[in-house]
Amino acid sequence: MSKLHLSEMAAVEARHPEIFTRPFWSRFRMPLIVLGAILYGLYCWWFFAIGAVFQNANWSLAGTYLADWVSYEVRPEIRMADDGTMQIRYPRFSPLGDNPNPDWVIAMRETVTHRIEAPAATAAQPAVKKSATSFMTAGAPLGGSTAAPTGEAKAEVRTEEVVTRAEIVMSGSARIEVVPGEVLVRYGDESLRVFVDGKTVLPDGDALPGWATQKRPGEKIVLSFGMAGWAEIEADEVSIRKRFLGWANFVFDTQSPFFGKSASEVMSLIASGERIDPSRSNLSLAWNNVLYNSEWQHLDVWTKLLQTIVMAFVGTVLATLVAFPLAFMAARNITSNWLSNQLTKRFFDFLRSVDMLIWALFFTRAFGPGPLAGMSAIFFTDTGTLGKLYSEALENIDDKQREGVKSVGAPGVAVQRFGVLPQVLPVFASQALYFWESNTRSATIIGAVGAGGIGLKLWEAMRTNSDWENVAYMVLLILIVVFVFDAISNALRARLIGRMRT
Amino acid sequence: MAFNSFPKEFSESGALIERHWQELAARRWLHSWLGFGLLFLALGGSLWFANETNAGKFFDRLPHLFDFVGDMVPRDGFEVFRALFDLASPYDDGSFKYNYPEGRFYVTESLYIPEYFYKMLETLNIAIFSTIVGALLGFVLCFLAARNLMPNWLVRGFARRVMEVLRAFPEVVLAGFFLAILSLGPLPAVIAVSIHTVGALGKLFFEVVENADMKAEEGLRAAGANWTERVWFGIVPQVMPNFISYFLLRLEINVRASTIIGAVGGGGIGELLRLSIGQNHAAKTLAIVLLLFCTIIAVDQLSAWARRRLVGDQAFRLAQ
Repeated sequence: MSKLHLSEMAAVEARHPEIFTRPFWSRFRMPLIVLGAILYGLYCWWFFAIGAVFQNANWSLAGTYLADWVSYEVRPEIRMADDGTMQIRYPRFSPLGDNPNPDWVIAMRETVTHRIEAPAATAAQPAVKKSATSFMTAGAPLGGSTAAPTGEAKAEVRTEEVVTRAEIVMSGSARIEVVPGEVLVRYGDESLRVFVDGKTVLPDGDALPGWATQKRPGEKIVLSFGMAGWAEIEADEVSIRKRFLGWANFVFDTQSPFFGKSASEVMSLIASGERIDPSRSNLSLAWNNVLYNSEWQHLDVWTKLLQTIVMAFVGTVLATLVAFPLAFMAARNITSNWLSNQLTKRFFDFLRSVDMLIWALFFTRAFGPGPLAGMSAIFFTDTGTLGKLYSEALENIDDKQREGVKSVGAPGVAVQRFGVLPQVLPVFASQALYFWESNTRSATIIGAVGAGGIGLKLWEAMRTNSDWENVAYMVLLILIVVFVFDAISNALRARLIGRMRT
Repeated sequence: MAFNSFPKEFSESGALIERHWQELAARRWLHSWLGFGLLFLALGGSLWFANETNAGKFFDRLPHLFDFVGDMVPRDGFEVFRALFDLASPYDDGSFKYNYPEGRFYVTESLYIPEYFYKMLETLNIAIFSTIVGALLGFVLCFLAARNLMPNWLVRGFARRVMEVLRAFPEVVLAGFFLAILSLGPLPAVIAVSIHTVGALGKLFFEVVENADMKAEEGLRAAGANWTERVWFGIVPQVMPNFISYFLLRLEINVRASTIIGAVGGGGIGELLRLSIGQNHAAKTLAIVLLLFCTIIAVDQLSAWARRRLVGDQAFRLAQ
């Protein structure tokens, strides 16, 4: 490459002064904008206290919540009595149903005779005279117990089969063994022995392994087994949270007669089984059980989703229908009346500038929560936006067609129909489709404000922080709906205005 | 539309063509009306469904539509401005409804920013900051998603799918999720709006990049420039005006979005509006509506002016 002489360089510079001696603003525009953005970013860092918020954030919760999206926990509790007997209990509405007996909880049963402190609630009823004992026998656990009548109904001696040793398999490498007085945990190569005496929790040895934490000596120990779950050892109780991948009881809830049956069993029951409920067929019972699944509430979720779809659809269609004639009034070249132009245009601006949020809150107050409020909010906002877009499209049309139609003596309506409409209709329709698509998205968030639909349901599910799997289900449904509508609207638009570049 | 019988002067082939045309026209006419019929059927069904599942029925509620507007009339005209500027009200009875100075945000001992202005500033900051963050990430992603710059369809497809999911993911869920982790404050709203912006702007950006003139890039390629240099010196200068124009357009949308996100718990003016409407605080509600209305008009006008200067009177296009 030959080098330029200094004089040649000077000549080039003299020929193109606009490149070599640019004004200050155009030379330093980019660095200044970048500097401004950085300064603004620093200001926002301070304004939102981003550092402090991130530091105080509960990141361990984030992991749990995210795991909840696609998995569920089963929470057996092993309660240890002073005399060495145990009780394995599951909370109400456990995903395993009312009588769970999972194979990962191995319980050793023995028949022992022991004294039981009667529950305080029962003891607090001394007024029940003779029937007290029979009442208590009926309430005692099943298993051939013989209740010894005790005078004050304070304590009784019972001979029954109880659990004396329990082993929980958390994963292939982790298991927890509970025997009277101590808990033995094995996780991988390490093991931990913990002594429990009903009042304190005492680990054997000084150093706890990395997966166990005890905040204060004597208090509960928390064991974490990663994705397999976690457990808490308290002085008289071991609580297990074992995590399973998947959505629990997605089809049938635990109250359903079809619960716990395999797909082929359910199919054969529906096809040829005896009626479970004599008043209706098994098919309708099964379908009813699916729809009213108490955990997943399929029917409610689908209804709410349909409400959201309807909100977006009706809002957009009505907005299009109203904006269409108004746009003709607003366009300068169609209606040559200054007052009507200005009035309609300012009306559009007003509708657009009052935020969708304000409209949504207004109509929620007026109609009560539900899709009517949401669709009215979308209708009002989009009438403004579509009207503005439509009137701009009308003002940009080619005037030759109109003149041609006018020149053959067509009446006013025919001029619009044949001179204007063919030019703008594809644009109008494609913009309406575009808004339909984006409204399907914004209808969700409008709903959360109180306008009904799936947004409100999502918001309610998130509030408790315990139903993240329901949130995941609804998000999945919303994503499917949005993608399907995207595809439909893209296909329709492509047909309307010719194949678009993708 | 009426179809006349054929004029006599058509030849045989001419009549054939005429008949074929009329058949096509009739079919088109039928299809249009069938389409309209379906649309109105769907509309009617939807309206019925919406009315059935709504808490209040349309025709029951219609006469009472403006009932609560009556509750929203302040005691006198100046109340709105007292609420707006946090001045003490003569009707102050100790209740929250008339206690305007309560929310003053003191900068110094005596100088204060009125509550609603401060909250509006917060909402604006949410919008601007998350638009900047979203635009930066979208800027990085868009070159990976453009057909003309990324020949590897795997990377391109991945980048596009990521943007689609980010765009379609409900903002409510993002806000709710980060609200649970980060606790109350405007940051969950910032994150939710940013994530949505990445998807929305990324899509618009890569469409601009795909329409870019490739001659500059070719020249750089001939001179042996690597991918980053080709993008930075060949593509970025020509797409920048469009990018900034889309950035400003998105800013307008995000100001609205951050008020709504605020109403579902993200802080800012939206939350105050929802509370004051819910509690029938007439003057406060009107003050917020007025402030919001003016701000949105100002932002729209400012951004429209800047966009006109940047790219001329380009067709206005909304993207959400």
